Amino acid sequence: MPSRSALLHALTAGEARQAAVVRRRKRLLALAFVLPLLLFILLSFVVPIGSMLWRSLYHPAVAEMIPHTLVELRQWDGQGLPGEPALQRFVEELYALNRERQSGRLAEEFNRAYAGMSSVVKSTARRLGRLDEPALATEGVATLLDSHANWRKPELWRAIERAGRVYTYDYYLTALDLEVDAEQGLRVRQDTQIYLQLYAKTLKLALVITLLCALLGYPLAYYLASLPEHRANLLLVLVLLPFWTSLLVRTTAWIALLQTNGVINTLLTGSGLLDQPLEMLYTSFATVVAMTHILLPFMILPLYSVMRGIDPSYLRAALSLGARPLPAFARIYFPMTLPGLSAGTLLVFIISVGYYITPALVGGTDGQMISNIIAFHMQRSNNWELAAALGSLLLALILLLYWLYDRLVGAGNIRLG
Amino acid sequence: MASTPAYYGFWHHLGRLLLRLGAWLVLLFLILPILVIVPLSFNVEPFFSFTEGMLTLQPEAYSLRWYEQVFSDPRWRLAIRNSFIIGLFATALATVLGTCAALGLARADMPMRRLITALLLSPMIVPLIITAAGMFFFYSSLGLAGTHLGVILAHAALGTPFVVITVTAALTGFDYSLARAALGLGATPWRMFFDIIVPLIRPGVISGALFAFITSFDEVVVILFLAGPQQRTIPRQMFSGLREQINPSILAIATLLILFSIALLVTIELLRRRAARLRLAPAD
Repeated sequence: MPSRSALLHALTAGEARQAAVVRRRKRLLALAFVLPLLLFILLSFVVPIGSMLWRSLYHPAVAEMIPHTLVELRQWDGQGLPGEPALQRFVEELYALNRERQSGRLAEEFNRAYAGMSSVVKSTARRLGRLDEPALATEGVATLLDSHANWRKPELWRAIERAGRVYTYDYYLTALDLEVDAEQGLRVRQDTQIYLQLYAKTLKLALVITLLCALLGYPLAYYLASLPEHRANLLLVLVLLPFWTSLLVRTTAWIALLQTNGVINTLLTGSGLLDQPLEMLYTSFATVVAMTHILLPFMILPLYSVMRGIDPSYLRAALSLGARPLPAFARIYFPMTLPGLSAGTLLVFIISVGYYITPALVGGTDGQMISNIIAFHMQRSNNWELAAALGSLLLALILLLYWLYDRLVGAGNIRLG
Repeated sequence: MASTPAYYGFWHHLGRLLLRLGAWLVLLFLILPILVIVPLSFNVEPFFSFTEGMLTLQPEAYSLRWYEQVFSDPRWRLAIRNSFIIGLFATALATVLGTCAALGLARADMPMRRLITALLLSPMIVPLIITAAGMFFFYSSLGLAGTHLGVILAHAALGTPFVVITVTAALTGFDYSLARAALGLGATPWRMFFDIIVPLIRPGVISGALFAFITSFDEVVVILFLAGPQQRTIPRQMFSGLREQINPSILAIATLLILFSIALLVTIELLRRRAARLRLAPAD
């Protein structure tokens, strides 16, 4: 069949224009079918996530509370204490915030920028609150500097100036355990380092889970693929039933099994194998076992569908020509299963990196993953900006893995059921 | 194995035996944890483990009290009702939008297909915690957090990729000359759609709808962030039950959910067979 451009060359200018119009109309029609869902996904899903991620870069809260102080602080060279005007502006703005009962919010923001400032801001605001307006102009700055030694530290004022920037990448620095120091520039955070470790632990747990799924899933898929189709379908039900069973049900099952006085411990102590029950629940062991159980079908199903399609005569030919079983398997059969293996591996890894529910329920403190700390900053510590920064790093990781999946497997090959 | 080729040696037979043993152990690992729940849900004691009486099969060690508790507790009843209401509305929305989009994506003249497909499938790829956090801020600012509508919209977004995938799969290999023939023979586009396309994609639409339903029915992360006490669903109620006060009424509801998923599994399997039959029509 001649190509489209060759066909177009054979047409007159008028005919070509007409063909272009028809083609454009067809494209618009196709787009019209997709448009409702596209708009729906954009509005209900993409925009919410985008606006949350934006939060990690755009943080106007401090700038809105102490705008004039920040203007003055920008004039300051960062050496010694800021000048009298800056301190005076700050005293006035803190005084005003205290009157509107907003100083608590400022205390929280300062505490993020400079550890331990929460109570300092609150007590200073109370002391300033006892002054009246004329006294504020004369004694305000002295009261401020007297109320806590921190107010005399240049590094505090540098931290305030940084926190006042509306566009910031500081939350990404925190999320990567980095900080900016006046003398040394970018450096590893001194006081706490938790997030890189947590990312490393998440990747390690996901890797262990993926390996376990591959080790358990490969032989089972191979066995199923070697059975006649009707028997394999019967046994596949045992794989599909867990797949279709609620995640919460499966997590509940593992809680029942792994508890201190749960099924496994009762069996082990009852049969005299153990004197003391094992502490298995609320550990990373529980996270790994339960998630392996939950994600195993995602490994088995793609492996099985690839293995089903492999002609057994290749392996038979190798064997009948005298190859020993193991080398024949490793050199003939295994390479042909790689598409299924890479699909299953990446799928399990991608899902487990972002997992939340199961670690939250069975993981205890030591089986928590990055999703759990994001939820913690969302719900408990209310540090939404940090949650957004951690979330966008996680999302970047997932998109990278998915891109890999697309390159290796082809995203269009996602099949269900 | 009934017949093995002559060149199979001793080690080969041993290998097969080990493979079979290993495969069955993995199958047991998959299925036993789920089956263990069922007898435990009839436990008369408020424990998650087998009592002496249960192991010796004494009838008084078993009871239906946890089932009674589930059905008499207004919180569980609200949760069950919410799960079905939210699931059904989200499924309806996801199915209509997803089917329509799949029909567009299957057309040869679809512009920017890769980008649009990636966008449409993204709710399946993005970790739920990120989706939930994003939706929490955005839906709160619109006043949709803590409403049924908000949860339904969120769940519909999560369910649409499955519908797009299954309907697209049903359309692959579709011979468009059938559609052209119908139009050429004078059928209106609507008539052609309902007589030619709909019967063909119906299995795909139904299985996509089932996936969308189960996605909503099983979803808890978005609910945790977005829903108020009035939108608590079954998984949400189980989540707080497992965190706060563990008692076997969770096992009773879990057993009911297992029965429900068996029913779903059977439905999907029947649909798949039907779809396979339909696709057996001669190609090319």
